[in-house]
Amino acid sequence: MRKAFAAAVLENHNTEDCFFLTGDLGFMALEEVRAAMGGRFVNAGVAEQNMVGVAAGLARERLRVIVYSIAPFCYARPFEQIRNDVCLGGLPVCLVGNGGGYAYGHMGPTHHALEDCATMNALGVQVLAPAFDEDLLALVGRFSRPTYLRLGLDARPAGTQAPVYNPWREVLPGKRGALAALGPMAGVAWQALQGLSQEERPAVWAVCEFDEFSIPEAFHRQIANGPLHVIEEHVAQGGLGTHLTMDLVKRGIGCSSFTHRFALGYPSGRFGSQNFHRAQCGLDTQSIRQMITDQP
Amino acid sequence: MNNRFDELLIETKLRLLQMHHDAKSGHLGGNFSCIDALMALHHLVMAEEDRFILSKGHSAAALYATLWSLGKLSEEALTTFTRDDSLLPGHPSGAGIPGLQFSTGSLGHGPSLAAGLALAARHMGHSRRVFCLCSDGEWQEGGCWEALTFAVHQRLDKLFILIDQNGLQGFGRTMDVISCEDLSPRIAAFGAEVRRVDGHDPQGITRALSPGEHGLPVVLILETIKGKDLHFENSLESHYLPLTPEQYLAARNAIMQNGGAR
Repeated sequence: MRKAFAAAVLENHNTEDCFFLTGDLGFMALEEVRAAMGGRFVNAGVAEQNMVGVAAGLARERLRVIVYSIAPFCYARPFEQIRNDVCLGGLPVCLVGNGGGYAYGHMGPTHHALEDCATMNALGVQVLAPAFDEDLLALVGRFSRPTYLRLGLDARPAGTQAPVYNPWREVLPGKRGALAALGPMAGVAWQALQGLSQEERPAVWAVCEFDEFSIPEAFHRQIANGPLHVIEEHVAQGGLGTHLTMDLVKRGIGCSSFTHRFALGYPSGRFGSQNFHRAQCGLDTQSIRQMITDQP
Repeated sequence: MNNRFDELLIETKLRLLQMHHDAKSGHLGGNFSCIDALMALHHLVMAEEDRFILSKGHSAAALYATLWSLGKLSEEALTTFTRDDSLLPGHPSGAGIPGLQFSTGSLGHGPSLAAGLALAARHMGHSRRVFCLCSDGEWQEGGCWEALTFAVHQRLDKLFILIDQNGLQGFGRTMDVISCEDLSPRIAAFGAEVRRVDGHDPQGITRALSPGEHGLPVVLILETIKGKDLHFENSLESHYLPLTPEQYLAARNAIMQNGGAR
Protein backbone atom coordinates (compact mmCIF):
# COMPACT_ATOMS: atom_id res chain seq x y z
CA MET A 1 0.00 0.00 0.00
CA ARG A 2 3.03 2.30 0.17
CA LYS A 3 2.71 3.30 -3.46
CA ALA A 4 -1.02 3.89 -3.14
CA PHE A 5 -0.38 5.88 0.01
CA ALA A 6 2.21 8.05 -1.73
CA ALA A 7 -0.16 8.59 -4.66
CA ALA A 8 -2.95 9.62 -2.30
CA VAL A 9 -0.67 12.10 -0.54
CA LEU A 10 0.32 13.65 -3.85
CA GLU A 11 -3.27 13.72 -5.05
CA ASN A 12 -4.83 15.37 -2.03
CA HIS A 13 -2.28 16.71 0.39
CA ASN A 14 0.49 18.46 -1.44
CA THR A 15 -0.79 21.76 -0.11
CA GLU A 16 0.89 24.63 1.71
CA ASP A 17 -0.75 23.71 5.01
CA CYS A 18 0.45 20.11 5.00
CA PHE A 19 3.78 18.77 6.29
CA PHE A 20 5.14 15.27 5.80
CA LEU A 21 7.62 13.95 8.39
CA THR A 22 9.39 10.65 7.95
CA GLY A 23 11.62 8.79 10.35
CA ASP A 24 14.20 8.16 7.64
CA LEU A 25 11.98 5.73 5.74
CA GLY A 26 10.40 5.73 2.32
CA PHE A 27 13.08 4.40 -0.03
CA MET A 28 11.48 3.51 -3.39
CA ALA A 29 8.13 4.82 -2.27
CA LEU A 30 8.26 8.42 -1.13
CA GLU A 31 10.76 9.95 -3.55
CA GLU A 32 8.01 11.66 -5.55
CA VAL A 33 6.38 12.96 -2.39
CA ARG A 34 9.70 14.37 -1.25
CA ALA A 35 10.28 16.07 -4.58
CA ALA A 36 6.78 17.49 -4.76
CA MET A 37 6.55 18.78 -1.19
CA GLY A 38 9.99 20.37 -1.04
CA GLY A 39 10.61 21.98 2.36
CA ARG A 40 7.36 20.59 3.73
CA PHE A 41 8.82 17.11 3.46
CA VAL A 42 11.14 16.66 6.43
CA ASN A 43 13.30 13.62 7.04
CA ALA A 44 13.42 13.90 10.82
CA GLY A 45 16.00 11.14 11.05
CA VAL A 46 15.99 8.12 13.31
CA ALA A 47 14.42 9.99 16.18
CA GLU A 48 10.74 9.17 16.35
CA GLN A 49 10.04 10.78 19.71
CA ASN A 50 11.29 14.09 18.42
CA MET A 51 9.46 13.60 15.15
CA VAL A 52 6.08 13.27 16.87
CA GLY A 53 6.83 16.20 19.17
CA VAL A 54 7.76 18.35 16.19
CA ALA A 55 4.57 17.21 14.47
CA ALA A 56 2.57 18.36 17.48
CA GLY A 57 4.28 21.74 17.34
CA LEU A 58 3.49 22.12 13.66
CA ALA A 59 -0.09 21.00 14.16
CA ARG A 60 -0.58 23.44 17.02
CA GLU A 61 0.06 26.20 14.49
CA ARG A 62 -2.85 24.91 12.40
CA LEU A 63 -0.76 22.89 9.99
CA ARG A 64 -1.77 19.37 9.04
CA VAL A 65 0.94 16.81 9.57
CA ILE A 66 1.53 13.30 8.28
CA VAL A 67 4.08 11.30 10.28
CA TYR A 68 5.44 8.20 8.58
CA SER A 69 7.48 5.26 9.80
CA ILE A 70 7.51 1.50 10.09
CA ALA A 71 4.46 0.77 12.24
CA PRO A 72 6.11 -0.10 15.58
CA PHE A 73 8.42 2.89 15.37
CA CYS A 74 5.41 5.06 14.66
CA TYR A 75 3.08 4.07 17.53
CA ALA A 76 5.24 2.33 20.14
CA ARG A 77 8.53 4.23 20.33
CA PRO A 78 6.93 7.69 20.61
CA PHE A 79 3.92 6.51 22.64
CA GLU A 80 4.20 9.24 25.24
CA GLN A 81 4.60 11.97 22.64
CA ILE A 82 1.44 10.69 20.95
CA ARG A 83 -0.37 10.58 24.29
CA ASN A 84 0.76 13.90 25.77
CA ASP A 85 1.64 16.09 22.83
CA VAL A 86 -0.82 15.00 20.17
CA CYS A 87 -3.81 13.44 21.91
CA LEU A 88 -4.15 15.73 24.93
CA GLY A 89 -4.38 18.58 22.47
CA GLY A 90 -6.57 16.71 19.99
CA LEU A 91 -4.19 17.77 17.24
CA PRO A 92 -4.60 16.97 13.55
CA VAL A 93 -1.68 14.61 13.18
CA CYS A 94 -1.98 11.52 10.99
CA LEU A 95 0.42 8.81 12.14
CA VAL A 96 1.10 6.40 9.33
CA GLY A 97 2.45 3.03 10.34
CA ASN A 98 3.69 0.99 7.44
CA GLY A 99 3.54 -2.78 7.85
CA GLY A 100 0.69 -3.53 10.22
CA GLY A 101 0.64 -7.03 11.73
CA TYR A 102 3.37 -9.36 10.51
CA ALA A 103 3.85 -7.45 7.23
CA TYR A 104 7.58 -7.01 7.81
CA GLY A 105 7.80 -10.81 8.10
CA HIS A 106 11.44 -11.85 7.80
CA MET A 107 12.65 -8.62 9.37
CA GLY A 108 11.77 -10.08 12.74
CA PRO A 109 9.59 -9.35 15.73
CA THR A 110 10.86 -5.83 16.45
CA HIS A 111 9.42 -4.78 13.10
CA HIS A 112 5.98 -6.34 13.59
CA ALA A 113 2.99 -4.36 14.84
CA LEU A 114 0.59 -6.68 16.61
CA GLU A 115 -0.96 -4.41 19.22
CA ASP A 116 -0.94 -1.09 17.40
CA CYS A 117 -4.70 -0.73 16.94
CA ALA A 118 -5.38 -1.49 20.59
CA THR A 119 -2.70 0.91 21.73
CA MET A 120 -3.99 3.72 19.58
CA ASN A 121 -7.64 2.92 20.34
CA ALA A 122 -6.82 3.19 24.03
CA LEU A 123 -5.67 6.77 23.47
CA GLY A 124 -8.80 7.68 21.55
CA VAL A 125 -6.87 7.90 18.31
CA GLN A 126 -8.94 7.29 15.19
CA VAL A 127 -7.66 3.98 13.82
CA LEU A 128 -7.93 3.35 10.09
CA ALA A 129 -6.95 -0.01 8.62
CA PRO A 130 -7.40 0.09 4.85
CA ALA A 131 -8.08 -3.23 3.20
CA PHE A 132 -7.30 -2.35 -0.40
CA ASP A 133 -5.04 0.05 -2.24
CA GLU A 134 -7.97 2.12 -3.47
CA ASP A 135 -9.00 2.83 0.12
CA LEU A 136 -6.01 5.11 0.60
CA LEU A 137 -7.56 7.93 -1.40
CA ALA A 138 -10.49 7.94 1.00
CA LEU A 139 -8.44 7.58 4.17
CA VAL A 140 -5.22 9.53 3.83
CA GLY A 141 -5.66 12.90 5.37
CA ARG A 142 -8.48 12.33 7.80
CA PHE A 143 -7.12 15.13 9.94
CA SER A 144 -10.06 16.07 12.09
CA ARG A 145 -8.41 14.47 15.12
CA PRO A 146 -5.40 12.32 15.98
CA THR A 147 -5.36 9.46 13.52
CA TYR A 148 -3.42 6.26 13.02
CA LEU A 149 -3.34 4.80 9.54
CA ARG A 150 -2.22 1.18 9.44
CA LEU A 151 -0.77 0.21 6.09
CA GLY A 152 -0.54 -3.41 5.01
CA LEU A 153 -0.61 -5.33 1.77
CA ASP A 154 -3.68 -5.46 -0.44
CA ALA A 155 -4.34 -9.23 -0.63
CA ARG A 156 -7.53 -9.45 -2.66
CA PRO A 157 -7.67 -11.99 -5.48
CA ALA A 158 -6.06 -10.88 -8.72
CA GLY A 159 -8.44 -9.31 -11.18
CA THR A 160 -11.09 -8.40 -8.62
CA GLN A 161 -12.33 -4.92 -7.90
CA ALA A 162 -12.67 -3.52 -4.41
CA PRO A 163 -16.06 -2.05 -3.51
CA VAL A 164 -16.16 1.71 -2.99
CA TYR A 165 -14.74 2.63 0.41
CA ASN A 166 -16.93 2.25 3.45
CA PRO A 167 -15.89 1.41 7.02
CA TRP A 168 -17.80 -1.86 6.61
CA ARG A 169 -18.06 -3.47 3.19
CA GLU A 170 -19.31 -6.86 2.12
CA VAL A 171 -16.64 -7.99 -0.32
CA LEU A 172 -17.85 -11.55 -0.89
CA PRO A 173 -21.45 -12.68 -0.46
CA GLY A 174 -22.24 -15.78 1.55
CA LYS A 175 -25.19 -17.44 3.26
CA ARG A 176 -23.54 -19.14 6.25
CA GLY A 177 -23.23 -16.40 8.79
CA ALA A 178 -20.62 -13.66 8.44
CA LEU A 179 -16.88 -13.16 8.67
CA ALA A 180 -15.51 -9.78 9.72
CA ALA A 181 -11.89 -9.20 8.73
CA LEU A 182 -9.70 -6.32 9.80
CA GLY A 183 -8.07 -4.42 6.95
CA PRO A 184 -6.06 -6.54 4.52
CA MET A 185 -7.24 -9.78 6.15
CA ALA A 186 -10.43 -9.20 4.13
CA GLY A 187 -8.43 -9.84 0.98
CA VAL A 188 -6.94 -12.98 2.49
CA ALA A 189 -10.39 -14.27 3.42
CA TRP A 190 -11.70 -13.31 0.00
CA GLN A 191 -8.95 -15.42 -1.57
CA ALA A 192 -9.56 -18.28 0.79
CA LEU A 193 -13.31 -18.54 0.36
CA GLN A 194 -14.04 -17.46 -3.19
CA GLY A 195 -13.93 -21.06 -4.36
CA LEU A 196 -16.74 -22.15 -2.06
CA SER A 197 -20.39 -21.77 -2.92
CA GLN A 198 -22.46 -19.11 -1.17
CA GLU A 199 -24.27 -21.86 0.74
CA GLU A 200 -20.95 -23.13 2.08
CA ARG A 201 -19.35 -19.84 3.10
CA PRO A 202 -20.07 -16.82 5.27
CA ALA A 203 -20.36 -13.33 3.86
CA VAL A 204 -16.94 -11.70 4.04
CA TRP A 205 -16.79 -8.17 5.38
CA ALA A 206 -13.85 -5.81 5.18
CA VAL A 207 -13.74 -3.73 8.35
CA CYS A 208 -11.48 -0.70 8.20
CA GLU A 209 -12.51 1.47 11.15
CA PHE A 210 -13.07 0.92 14.85
CA ASP A 211 -14.55 4.20 15.92
CA GLU A 212 -18.09 4.11 14.67
CA PHE A 213 -19.58 0.72 14.91
CA SER A 214 -22.30 1.59 12.50
CA ILE A 215 -22.49 -2.07 11.70
CA PRO A 216 -24.76 -2.59 8.72
CA GLU A 217 -28.15 -4.18 9.31
CA ALA A 218 -27.26 -6.80 6.73
CA PHE A 219 -24.40 -7.96 8.95
CA HIS A 220 -26.73 -8.21 11.95
CA ARG A 221 -29.15 -10.29 9.94
CA GLN A 222 -26.41 -12.60 8.72
CA ILE A 223 -25.22 -13.47 12.20
CA ALA A 224 -28.66 -13.57 13.82
CA ASN A 225 -29.09 -17.21 12.91
CA GLY A 226 -25.59 -18.13 11.91
CA PRO A 227 -21.97 -18.24 12.93
CA LEU A 228 -19.78 -15.18 13.38
CA HIS A 229 -16.09 -15.30 12.52
CA VAL A 230 -13.61 -12.52 13.22
CA ILE A 231 -10.09 -12.58 11.82
CA GLU A 232 -7.42 -10.01 12.44
CA GLU A 233 -3.65 -9.76 12.23
CA HIS A 234 -3.60 -8.17 15.66
CA VAL A 235 -3.64 -9.45 19.23
CA ALA A 236 -7.02 -10.32 20.70
CA GLN A 237 -6.89 -7.66 23.38
CA GLY A 238 -8.29 -4.42 22.07
CA GLY A 239 -8.66 -5.61 18.52
CA LEU A 240 -11.61 -5.97 16.18
CA GLY A 241 -12.96 -9.06 17.97
CA THR A 242 -13.22 -7.41 21.36
CA HIS A 243 -14.63 -4.20 19.95
CA LEU A 244 -17.19 -5.97 17.79
CA THR A 245 -18.42 -8.42 20.40
CA MET A 246 -18.76 -5.67 22.98
CA ASP A 247 -20.80 -3.66 20.55
CA LEU A 248 -23.01 -6.62 19.70
CA VAL A 249 -23.59 -7.40 23.36
CA LYS A 250 -24.56 -3.79 24.03
CA ARG A 251 -27.08 -4.03 21.23
CA GLY A 252 -28.37 -7.39 22.43
CA ILE A 253 -27.41 -9.12 19.22
CA GLY A 254 -26.28 -12.73 19.44
CA CYS A 255 -25.01 -15.34 17.04
CA SER A 256 -25.10 -19.12 16.87
CA SER A 257 -21.33 -19.49 17.29
CA PHE A 258 -18.25 -17.29 17.52
CA THR A 259 -14.79 -17.95 16.13
CA HIS A 260 -11.95 -15.52 16.65
CA ARG A 261 -8.61 -15.85 14.88
CA PHE A 262 -5.97 -13.33 15.84
CA ALA A 263 -2.21 -12.75 16.13
CA LEU A 264 -0.74 -15.11 18.70
CA GLY A 265 2.70 -13.57 18.77
CA TYR A 266 5.37 -16.18 18.19
CA PRO A 267 3.89 -19.47 19.42
CA SER A 268 6.65 -21.69 18.01
CA GLY A 269 9.48 -19.32 18.83
CA ARG A 270 10.41 -19.43 15.15
CA PHE A 271 10.36 -16.58 12.69
CA GLY A 272 9.68 -16.21 9.00
CA SER A 273 7.61 -14.48 6.36
CA GLN A 274 4.28 -12.78 6.93
CA ASN A 275 2.57 -15.87 5.58
CA PHE A 276 4.56 -18.10 7.94
CA HIS A 277 3.32 -16.12 10.92
CA ARG A 278 -0.21 -15.97 9.57
CA ALA A 279 -0.20 -19.75 9.22
CA GLN A 280 0.99 -20.14 12.81
CA CYS A 281 -2.05 -18.14 13.88
CA GLY A 282 -4.54 -19.81 11.56
CA LEU A 283 -4.75 -16.66 9.49
CA ASP A 284 -3.45 -17.90 6.15
CA THR A 285 -5.78 -18.78 3.28
CA GLN A 286 -5.63 -22.52 3.88
CA SER A 287 -6.40 -22.23 7.58
CA ILE A 288 -9.24 -19.82 6.99
CA ARG A 289 -10.81 -22.08 4.39
CA GLN A 290 -10.46 -25.03 6.73
CA MET A 291 -11.98 -23.04 9.58
CA ILE A 292 -15.10 -22.60 7.44
CA THR A 293 -15.30 -26.03 5.85
CA ASP A 294 -14.67 -27.85 9.15
CA GLN A 295 -17.56 -26.09 10.83
CA PRO A 296 -20.49 -28.51 11.18
CA MET B 1 15.96 47.52 35.87
CA ASN B 2 12.96 49.66 36.54
CA ASN B 3 11.45 49.93 39.98
CA ARG B 4 8.03 48.81 38.83
CA PHE B 5 9.38 45.50 37.54
CA ASP B 6 11.35 45.10 40.76
CA GLU B 7 8.22 45.59 42.83
CA LEU B 8 6.21 43.30 40.62
CA LEU B 9 8.87 40.60 40.87
CA ILE B 10 8.72 40.66 44.66
CA GLU B 11 4.93 40.73 44.60
CA THR B 12 4.84 37.76 42.26
CA LYS B 13 7.31 35.75 44.31
CA LEU B 14 5.22 36.39 47.40
CA ARG B 15 2.13 35.26 45.54
CA LEU B 16 3.95 32.16 44.34
CA LEU B 17 5.03 31.41 47.87
CA GLN B 18 1.49 31.82 49.12
CA MET B 19 0.14 29.51 46.42
CA HIS B 20 2.44 26.74 47.57
CA HIS B 21 1.76 27.40 51.22
CA ASP B 22 -2.01 27.45 50.81
CA ALA B 23 -1.98 24.34 48.65
CA LYS B 24 0.56 22.59 50.91
CA SER B 25 2.35 21.79 47.69
CA GLY B 26 5.97 20.82 47.10
CA HIS B 27 8.22 21.54 44.13
CA LEU B 28 9.07 24.93 45.58
CA GLY B 29 12.74 24.59 44.76
CA GLY B 30 12.35 24.39 41.00
CA ASN B 31 9.75 27.14 41.02
CA PHE B 32 11.97 29.54 42.89
CA SER B 33 14.98 28.76 40.76
CA CYS B 34 13.16 29.84 37.60
CA ILE B 35 10.73 32.55 38.65
CA ASP B 36 13.22 35.34 37.89
CA ALA B 37 13.71 33.99 34.38
CA LEU B 38 9.99 33.51 33.79
CA MET B 39 9.28 37.06 34.88
CA ALA B 40 12.08 38.49 32.77
CA LEU B 41 10.98 36.47 29.79
CA HIS B 42 7.30 37.38 29.99
CA HIS B 43 7.65 41.01 31.04
CA LEU B 44 10.86 42.11 29.37
CA VAL B 45 11.57 39.84 26.43
CA MET B 46 8.55 38.23 24.81
CA ALA B 47 6.28 39.97 22.33
CA GLU B 48 2.61 39.04 22.09
CA GLU B 49 3.15 36.81 19.06
CA ASP B 50 6.03 34.85 20.62
CA ARG B 51 5.48 31.34 21.97
CA PHE B 52 6.48 29.82 25.28
CA ILE B 53 6.65 26.21 26.42
CA LEU B 54 7.22 25.23 30.02
CA SER B 55 9.02 21.97 29.46
CA LYS B 56 9.83 21.68 33.18
CA GLY B 57 6.13 21.35 33.93
CA HIS B 58 6.76 20.94 37.66
CA SER B 59 7.35 24.69 37.76
CA ALA B 60 3.76 25.32 36.77
CA ALA B 61 3.10 27.50 39.80
CA ALA B 62 5.84 29.93 38.82
CA LEU B 63 4.30 30.21 35.39
CA TYR B 64 0.81 30.67 36.83
CA ALA B 65 2.10 33.42 39.11
CA THR B 66 3.85 35.06 36.16
CA LEU B 67 0.66 34.96 34.10
CA TRP B 68 -1.15 36.45 37.11
CA SER B 69 1.41 39.26 37.19
CA LEU B 70 0.57 39.93 33.55
CA GLY B 71 -3.14 40.01 34.29
CA LYS B 72 -3.71 36.87 32.26
CA LEU B 73 -4.78 34.74 35.22
CA SER B 74 -7.09 36.03 37.91
CA GLU B 75 -6.53 36.04 41.64
CA GLU B 76 -9.52 33.73 41.91
CA ALA B 77 -7.92 31.28 39.49
CA LEU B 78 -4.71 31.18 41.53
CA THR B 79 -6.64 30.20 44.65
CA THR B 80 -7.65 26.98 42.88
CA PHE B 81 -4.05 25.85 42.31
CA THR B 82 -3.94 22.04 42.68
CA ARG B 83 -7.47 22.03 44.12
CA ASP B 84 -10.52 20.18 42.80
CA ASP B 85 -12.31 21.68 39.79
CA SER B 86 -9.28 23.78 38.88
CA LEU B 87 -7.69 24.75 35.58
CA LEU B 88 -4.34 24.93 37.36
CA PRO B 89 -2.99 21.47 38.16
CA GLY B 90 0.50 20.88 39.52
CA HIS B 91 1.75 20.36 35.99
CA PRO B 92 0.08 22.54 33.38
CA SER B 93 -2.60 21.48 30.98
CA GLY B 94 -2.57 22.80 27.46
CA ALA B 95 -6.25 23.60 27.77
CA GLY B 96 -7.64 26.68 29.43
CA ILE B 97 -4.48 28.54 30.43
CA PRO B 98 -3.68 31.66 28.40
CA GLY B 99 -0.64 31.22 26.22
CA LEU B 100 -0.11 27.56 26.99
CA GLN B 101 -0.32 25.29 24.00
CA PHE B 102 0.69 21.93 25.44
CA SER B 103 0.31 19.78 28.51
CA THR B 104 3.74 19.35 30.00
CA GLY B 105 5.16 17.57 33.00
CA SER B 106 6.71 14.46 31.55
CA LEU B 107 10.22 15.75 31.01
CA GLY B 108 11.94 16.00 27.66
CA HIS B 109 8.96 16.91 25.49
CA GLY B 110 9.32 20.69 25.33
CA PRO B 111 12.32 21.06 23.01
CA SER B 112 10.65 18.98 20.27
CA LEU B 113 7.39 20.85 20.62
CA ALA B 114 9.25 24.14 20.48
CA ALA B 115 11.18 23.01 17.42
CA GLY B 116 7.87 22.20 15.73
CA LEU B 117 6.51 25.65 16.58
CA ALA B 118 9.68 27.29 15.26
CA LEU B 119 9.56 25.25 12.07
CA ALA B 120 5.91 26.21 11.57
CA ALA B 121 6.71 29.89 12.11
CA ARG B 122 9.45 29.79 9.53
CA HIS B 123 7.22 27.99 7.05
CA MET B 124 4.48 30.57 7.51
CA GLY B 125 6.88 33.48 7.24
CA HIS B 126 6.37 34.66 10.83
CA SER B 127 9.17 36.34 12.72
CA ARG B 128 7.93 35.07 16.06
CA ARG B 129 10.37 33.56 18.49
CA VAL B 130 9.83 30.38 20.48
CA PHE B 131 11.06 30.09 24.06
CA CYS B 132 11.25 26.82 25.95
CA LEU B 133 12.23 26.47 29.59
CA CYS B 134 13.77 23.17 30.70
CA SER B 135 15.29 21.90 33.91
CA ASP B 136 18.87 20.65 33.97
CA GLY B 137 17.92 17.15 35.11
CA GLU B 138 15.52 17.06 32.20
CA TRP B 139 18.48 16.85 29.84
CA GLN B 140 18.99 13.29 30.98
CA GLU B 141 16.04 12.53 28.70
CA GLY B 142 17.18 11.36 25.28
CA GLY B 143 14.38 13.26 23.63
CA CYS B 144 16.05 16.56 24.46
CA TRP B 145 19.10 15.58 22.46
CA GLU B 146 16.97 14.35 19.58
CA ALA B 147 15.28 17.73 19.53
CA LEU B 148 18.54 19.66 19.80
CA THR B 149 20.05 17.71 16.92
CA PHE B 150 16.96 18.41 14.83
CA ALA B 151 16.83 22.10 15.70
CA VAL B 152 20.51 22.61 14.88
CA HIS B 153 20.18 20.73 11.60
CA GLN B 154 17.12 22.77 10.66
CA ARG B 155 18.91 25.96 11.78
CA LEU B 156 15.92 27.10 13.80
CA ASP B 157 17.38 30.45 14.75
CA LYS B 158 14.19 31.78 16.35
CA LEU B 159 14.29 29.00 18.93
CA PHE B 160 15.60 29.81 22.41
CA ILE B 161 15.95 26.99 24.92
CA LEU B 162 16.51 28.10 28.49
CA ILE B 163 17.89 25.58 30.97
CA ASP B 164 17.39 26.15 34.67
CA GLN B 165 20.71 24.73 35.83
CA ASN B 166 20.22 24.58 39.57
CA GLY B 167 22.34 21.46 39.95
CA LEU B 168 19.76 19.49 41.92
CA GLN B 169 17.28 16.92 40.78
CA GLY B 170 14.76 14.60 42.42
CA PHE B 171 17.09 12.42 44.40
CA GLY B 172 20.53 13.97 44.28
CA ARG B 173 22.85 16.51 42.69
CA THR B 174 23.18 16.29 38.91
CA MET B 175 26.94 15.86 39.23
CA ASP B 176 26.41 12.83 41.46
CA VAL B 177 23.51 11.29 39.57
CA ILE B 178 24.81 11.63 36.04
CA SER B 179 28.27 13.20 36.31
CA CYS B 180 27.09 16.47 34.94
CA GLU B 181 27.74 19.76 36.65
CA ASP B 182 27.51 21.93 33.58
CA LEU B 183 25.61 21.19 30.38
CA SER B 184 27.32 23.91 28.33
CA PRO B 185 30.10 21.92 26.63
CA ARG B 186 27.81 19.01 25.80
CA ILE B 187 25.23 21.27 24.19
CA ALA B 188 27.87 23.29 22.38
CA ALA B 189 29.21 20.05 20.96
CA PHE B 190 25.81 19.46 19.40
CA GLY B 191 26.18 22.71 17.50
CA ALA B 192 23.84 25.12 19.25
CA GLU B 193 24.88 28.62 20.26
CA VAL B 194 25.34 28.37 24.01
CA ARG B 195 25.23 31.29 26.41
CA ARG B 196 25.36 31.46 30.18
CA VAL B 197 23.86 33.94 32.55
CA ASP B 198 23.02 34.43 36.20
CA GLY B 199 19.49 33.02 36.25
CA HIS B 200 18.44 35.39 39.01
CA ASP B 201 19.40 38.51 37.07
CA PRO B 202 16.43 39.58 34.90
CA GLN B 203 18.41 42.26 33.17
CA GLY B 204 21.20 39.86 32.30
CA ILE B 205 18.67 37.30 31.07
CA THR B 206 17.06 39.91 28.87
CA ARG B 207 20.41 40.81 27.33
CA ALA B 208 21.32 37.17 26.87
CA LEU B 209 18.20 36.54 24.82
CA SER B 210 19.32 38.77 21.99
CA PRO B 211 19.11 37.21 18.52
CA GLY B 212 21.50 34.40 17.72
CA GLU B 213 24.61 35.31 15.82
CA HIS B 214 25.13 32.18 13.77
CA GLY B 215 21.71 31.28 12.41
CA LEU B 216 21.38 28.53 14.98
CA PRO B 217 19.12 27.86 17.95
CA VAL B 218 20.29 29.53 21.14
CA VAL B 219 20.57 27.61 24.40
CA LEU B 220 20.76 29.83 27.45
CA ILE B 221 22.10 28.17 30.58
CA LEU B 222 20.58 29.86 33.62
CA GLU B 223 22.88 29.53 36.61
CA THR B 224 20.37 29.30 39.41
CA ILE B 225 19.87 28.34 43.02
CA LYS B 226 17.19 25.82 43.76
CA GLY B 227 14.71 27.15 46.29
CA LYS B 228 16.26 30.58 46.21
CA ASP B 229 15.39 32.67 49.29
CA LEU B 230 13.72 29.73 51.02
CA HIS B 231 15.00 28.11 54.18
CA PHE B 232 15.98 25.02 52.23
CA GLU B 233 17.78 26.96 49.51
CA ASN B 234 20.11 24.78 47.43
CA SER B 235 19.04 21.57 49.13
CA LEU B 236 17.24 18.47 47.95
CA GLU B 237 14.40 19.04 50.40
CA SER B 238 13.26 22.00 48.32
CA HIS B 239 12.26 19.64 45.53
CA TYR B 240 9.49 18.01 47.51
CA LEU B 241 8.64 19.45 50.88
CA PRO B 242 5.90 22.00 51.51
CA LEU B 243 6.33 24.90 53.94
CA THR B 244 5.34 25.01 57.58
CA PRO B 245 3.68 28.30 58.69
CA GLU B 246 6.95 29.38 60.36
CA GLN B 247 8.99 28.64 57.24
CA TYR B 248 6.43 30.47 55.16
CA LEU B 249 6.78 33.63 57.24
CA ALA B 250 10.55 33.43 57.16
CA ALA B 251 10.52 33.01 53.40
CA ARG B 252 8.23 36.02 53.01
CA ASN B 253 10.69 38.13 54.92
CA ALA B 254 13.62 36.84 52.89
CA ILE B 255 11.85 37.57 49.62
CA MET B 256 10.94 41.08 50.71
CA GLN B 257 14.57 41.68 51.58
CA ASN B 258 16.27 39.94 48.67
CA GLY B 259 13.65 39.04 46.11
CA GLY B 260 13.77 41.91 43.68
CA ALA B 261 15.87 42.18 40.61
CA ARG B 262 19.64 42.39 41.08
